Amino acid sequence: MTAHDLPRGTASSAQPVAELIDVQRVYRMGDVDVRALDGVSFTFRQGEYWAIMGSSGSGKSTLLNILGCIDRPSGGTYKVRGRDTNELDDDELSTFRGGQIGFVFQSYNLLPQLDVLENIMVPVMYQEDVPEGIEERARMLADRVGLGSRLDHRPLQLSGGQQQRVAIARSLINDPALILADEATGNLDSKTADEILNLFDELHAEGKTILLVTHEPDVGARAERVLRLRDGRVDTVTENR
Amino acid sequence: MRGSTLFRTVRLGISSLLLHKLRSALTMLGVLFGVASVIAMLAVGEGASEEAQEQIRKLGSRNVILRSVKPPDSGNDTSEIRIAEYGLTREDHERIEGSFPGVQRAVPVLQAPVEVRSSDLVCLPRVMATLPDFREVTRRELYDGRFLTQIDEETRALVCVLGYEVARFLFPFQSALGQRVKLGEHYFDVVGVMYPRGPIGSIQADFNSETGGEVFVPLATGRAYFGERQIVIRGGTQDIQEVQLHEIVVEASRDDDVKFVADACREMLRRGHSQKDYEVIVPLELLMRAEETKKIFNRLLGSIAGISLLVGGIGIMNVMLATVTERTREIGVRRALGARKGHIVTQFLVETIVLSASGGLLGVVFGVLSPWLIDLFSENPTPAIVTPFAPVLAFSISVGIGVVFGLYPAWRAASMDPVDALRHE
Repeated sequence: MTAHDLPRGTASSAQPVAELIDVQRVYRMGDVDVRALDGVSFTFRQGEYWAIMGSSGSGKSTLLNILGCIDRPSGGTYKVRGRDTNELDDDELSTFRGGQIGFVFQSYNLLPQLDVLENIMVPVMYQEDVPEGIEERARMLADRVGLGSRLDHRPLQLSGGQQQRVAIARSLINDPALILADEATGNLDSKTADEILNLFDELHAEGKTILLVTHEPDVGARAERVLRLRDGRVDTVTENR
Repeated sequence: MRGSTLFRTVRLGISSLLLHKLRSALTMLGVLFGVASVIAMLAVGEGASEEAQEQIRKLGSRNVILRSVKPPDSGNDTSEIRIAEYGLTREDHERIEGSFPGVQRAVPVLQAPVEVRSSDLVCLPRVMATLPDFREVTRRELYDGRFLTQIDEETRALVCVLGYEVARFLFPFQSALGQRVKLGEHYFDVVGVMYPRGPIGSIQADFNSETGGEVFVPLATGRAYFGERQIVIRGGTQDIQEVQLHEIVVEASRDDDVKFVADACREMLRRGHSQKDYEVIVPLELLMRAEETKKIFNRLLGSIAGISLLVGGIGIMNVMLATVTERTREIGVRRALGARKGHIVTQFLVETIVLSASGGLLGVVFGVLSPWLIDLFSENPTPAIVTPFAPVLAFSISVGIGVVFGLYPAWRAASMDPVDALRHE
């Protein structure tokens, strides 16, 4: 609870984007219950740039899964843009996460059979309505991440850094509530990682809400704020700079 | 919008399959062979039955053929010379022609066991003494000259009509028309040549001068010059057979009368003959039996081919299951990017259907070409006929197999937990 009441500066008045209310996640391993998340309550607000850190086993990945709506809490409530995810069935949750969550993975996870432009548009294809001019938007995003000239390349023809740029463009296509980056620089050399982190800085400056899951202190230091987990609970909340 | 979504899904399926060209091609091959063999098997079955039916049709579907059959030896084998009297009689013929309702005409045939020679060439065809109607009743065609006439019959003319094979055998380099041939002890003028009853080339090659071919002479001439008594010398004993008529071809006036006429003939012969020295052949019945056989044959061939399609289907399922496992992470990514279970099912199902349908399409091409391929590679070409129904059936089955064998892998893919799928290496 104490973590919740820490001073937040100007951002605290912004709209809540993702709210965790006493979220628990319990796995059953044989006869033992493992509490991966043990009552996490936290609010991420519009335009914030967070690094979520913690040693392995701290519940970091579990939290990420729940934030990304690919897993559900065993107890408690998780709301995105005010919508309680417990009220959604599997299909609704799928469409919801496609529209509200932009994933950036450690290993990029582009689809090898599609070219850059098609990869950027994948999340749109699974939405119920495909908005007009979506291809224009995809081209614009490719330009935005610096790949406007490689639209017809396949992922295997691109470097790791370029692939991650495509993945970031993909995460932006539906204008999601949250961008969830899971060790997004983990597979990149430090120079390329730096470029990617610069890109995140720019997105942050544009007002996007970014949650960066990492175990690297260097990377965590680039975020605006750091949320540390320990044993499935919020440990500390710190503000960089 | 729906249409373009489907189009996109199909295109996506194709590009996924193209990622593994060899694997996809091999899987398609399984379906290809299945479909092609279904079509080829059905074509062979159809061809074989068509051939059988054609042979039966040549006997005349409106005809009932009565034939004399030598009854089994009665046992008193002691005498060296035996006279066996048996078979159809002139009385039988008169009765059928005169008093049977539903009978258009009845043509008697007497056979003469004589050699046919011209200069030093000799052959032993069936020499048949019969009436002018014989040609029409048995639907034989004239090749050259004329058939027997009523005048030949009334004047007991010494004329004969040769079957095509006999004519070619005796007169290989000239027309047989107007030539003289020796039947037994008597000379006959050739007035006509009959059309062969099969393709010209094959018949000529198969011709056996000891047993094959036909020669026709007027019935009255046959009776007068060769008689009804025939002497067959067999292994030291002289076998004398007396047969009045060897065959009576009865033609019913309508198709519907055939069964009635056949039954009446059977009944009459049963009453008139003390022993079973005749047989009754009804081509229509044979035809119907051939239809039955064809059905069984087709079902058998169809199921063999069906099994090969099934094997193709199992191949598809096998590959798709491997694909699903291999693409676990892709499934996880798609789920994370908003794909519902239904989207994943559709995606994999479309892939299997694309696979099986394109295999099926190629199979149809090969299947339709199969009669030609069979012709090309086999010594004894069996006629194969592709009915329009066969490719349609085979193709639909192949698509159906894509759906059936694709559903389980697709369901497996869709029911994966996104979290586990994403973590899969």
